[in-house]
Amino acid sequence: MAATRLFLRASPVKCSLTGLTGGVHSSLGSTLLKLSPACTAKPQAQRRHAAHFTFHPEPAPSQYESRATNPPLTFTGTEIEEQVFIADTHCMNVSAGPTQKMNLFQSVTSALDNTLAGDPTAVIFGEDVAFGGVFRCTVGLRDKYGKDRVFNTPLCEQGIVGFGIGAAAAGATAIAEIQFADYIYPAFDQIVNEAAKYRYRSGNMFDCGKLTIRAPWGCVGHGSIYHSQCPEAFFTHCPGIKIVVPRGPVQAKGLLLSCIADQNPCIFFEPKILYRAAVEQVPTEAYQIPLSQAEVLQEGSDLTLVAWGTQVHVLKEVAAMAQEKLGVSCELIDLRTILPWDTETVCKSVVKTGRLLISHEAPVTGGFAAEISSTVQEECFLNLEAPISRVCGYDTPFPHIFEPFYIPDKWKCFEAVKRMINY
Amino acid sequence: MAHITSKPKQRGALRQQPFDSSAEKPQFPGASAEFIDHLEFIQPNVISGIPVYRVMDRQGQIINPSEDPKLSKEMVLNFYQKMTLLNTMDRILYESQRQGRISFYMTNYGEEGTHIGSAAALEPTDLVFGQYREAGVLMYRGFPLDLFMAQCYANADDLGKGRQMPVHYGCKDLNFVTISSPLATQLPQAAGAAYAVKRENSNRVVVCYFGEGAASEGDAHAGFNFSATLECPLIFFCRNNGYAISTPTNEQYRGDGIAARGPGYGLMSIRVDGNDVFAVYNATKEARRRAVAENQPFLIEAMTYRIGHHSTSDDSSAYRSVDEVNYWDKQDHPISRLRHYMTARDWWGEDEEKAWRKQSRKLVMEAFERAERRLKPNPELLFTDVYDEMIPPIAKQRDAMWRHIQQYKEHYPLDLYEK
Repeated sequence: MAATRLFLRASPVKCSLTGLTGGVHSSLGSTLLKLSPACTAKPQAQRRHAAHFTFHPEPAPSQYESRATNPPLTFTGTEIEEQVFIADTHCMNVSAGPTQKMNLFQSVTSALDNTLAGDPTAVIFGEDVAFGGVFRCTVGLRDKYGKDRVFNTPLCEQGIVGFGIGAAAAGATAIAEIQFADYIYPAFDQIVNEAAKYRYRSGNMFDCGKLTIRAPWGCVGHGSIYHSQCPEAFFTHCPGIKIVVPRGPVQAKGLLLSCIADQNPCIFFEPKILYRAAVEQVPTEAYQIPLSQAEVLQEGSDLTLVAWGTQVHVLKEVAAMAQEKLGVSCELIDLRTILPWDTETVCKSVVKTGRLLISHEAPVTGGFAAEISSTVQEECFLNLEAPISRVCGYDTPFPHIFEPFYIPDKWKCFEAVKRMINY
Repeated sequence: MAHITSKPKQRGALRQQPFDSSAEKPQFPGASAEFIDHLEFIQPNVISGIPVYRVMDRQGQIINPSEDPKLSKEMVLNFYQKMTLLNTMDRILYESQRQGRISFYMTNYGEEGTHIGSAAALEPTDLVFGQYREAGVLMYRGFPLDLFMAQCYANADDLGKGRQMPVHYGCKDLNFVTISSPLATQLPQAAGAAYAVKRENSNRVVVCYFGEGAASEGDAHAGFNFSATLECPLIFFCRNNGYAISTPTNEQYRGDGIAARGPGYGLMSIRVDGNDVFAVYNATKEARRRAVAENQPFLIEAMTYRIGHHSTSDDSSAYRSVDEVNYWDKQDHPISRLRHYMTARDWWGEDEEKAWRKQSRKLVMEAFERAERRLKPNPELLFTDVYDEMIPPIAKQRDAMWRHIQQYKEHYPLDLYEK
């Protein structure tokens, strides 16, 4: 009632309808809320749900694995001096150099900064990247490198990727941003029918290897159907592209720089829930983490856990729970590159442990866990002590209010571990 | 109490003036325009749409002498020979598909003028993105008959390594990007390539060919919009040949063709007579000059007619009359119009025509026979170039294939392929 009287008393001239222009009545919205009886007590049910994992920063690397290859910088018709490190199949341990505390979006900015500094052909484009991007991944880059190198495109994903393919084919290092992985589908034809096949269909006369597509990916607590998707499985069925998902800032920068340097079109999915939540000491200089190499984060003897992106942190907790409550020793693998994936590391681990649990947010049917499971049962059939377990999203669209029930959380994974151990 | 900031004197003065909405200008960020106070819908103008620019009439006579590009005899003869050589190659390869020698073919009948006129106006270093009916552009640039045939036969000489259907040509040395089947995907790609070319400061332009049917795809909209907003040195060249397989233009669009869409995107646009090789040449030449100088895209809609079937999988008598096709073949053909121009200047006559016909047929037949005899590429090439380097899973599959072939070799046509 008091609120209504307040609303009626306010004169149209002075009262802004949106509350954006400031002044005495600008906070009409918050005033109404304060006066409403439903809002007197702090709501229990409406408190924002805490994250389903804890991010533990990895210690700052004093050295890091790196297959050091620098792409030759070329303009069409003119060869600039090639800088080539010895590219062999072994990882070189390289000194990390100075580091800085960065969250995940800042580590992406750092990678892009290094790229624009070192490669005059490099350009970054997509919706809203000019002011810094909706997730702040490109903050400061336009001012530093110029509006011809960091620019907005019209709102059109098929155009963004098509444009990127053409720029890459013409010799520019093209870094395309898709605002959410949920919106990548208009570009599906350009990615699958064009980018992935460019080199093959032209007999290696043309390629778009200089194209990298970046997109925020994965659940974020409130993203619902169209801001939470993990579409990697749609693209794993497509020979010719690479798909990479980092688990934290150090990984993100090194893997992104590898994607940019890689002479094949790459899709780099960035777990949006980690953009601010994940903070690590990240080297400020450029470095690369090899693609198609999974990483064993923790060795174990009883059960192999495989995940990528955010879910790695969930499984880290599952491993701790399994050890504490069940005395089970888990080996945890971050797949990192989804396509082409490191079958050797995963199979080697399953041969040792005899049990495999794969976990991802994306729906279970046709999800990438199915591919891993199928390959592992082909290669390691006689080593298996229990059926391979997949703890994934349900076969529904990603729900809004039901997210806590939908996601493959640590309890579901823990329960699956128990079943496998007791098989 | 909020402070009233407007001044009483000014308010009084406004009230005394007669109400005139034209004194104000709209302030919307989205459009720069005047106000209008009566309701009026803009009528799409399709009855008298954008006019068709031409230099020659249907008999090859110059209409406005100041528009005659006055090209050298050598250049004009080259135009004619390239158009007729293309025509001859089309006849031979169409027939070879009918005989089961190649799997598929698409002819260029009636559209030779669009290819040759535009290609001649470009520099050899300009990058070309095509759709599938632009073989004349490649021919003009010097792509040899042997390589056209090699691609159609998918033999071991094919630059594309035998991976695509016939007429999916590409040539890095001639700056002609390999054709792909999905339509209109090349439009936004051409915009991106043009942007990269602009940053190089190499004074090159990118040209993007497509048909009026492909212009309906979403990628076409993307290409037009991106090229304009990002200020790309790019020529969009639309071959409006009246049909997309069986779909006539009145089922493809309701507006005034493709040229009328250009201004909607902010593109400089023109419609030309595609069967007039000089009109095509002039428009492309000027568009190129300005695209490079001003870093803006141009849209050229070349009106023409697809005299042949869509492809060897099509019989167009199912959807159009023979009379209609004959009109274009006999009365308005780019090759005959140019020939009239040449004969009027005594640059060409019956003797030259006879000699050239004999020579061009011989050239095509010899290339054809060579292509017929050539082996197909080594099946190893099935597995390479998926990525820049071979990756373990593909290598495994390749090895598995060879083991399988070894065991079942009598069931595979190995003799046709290089070892």
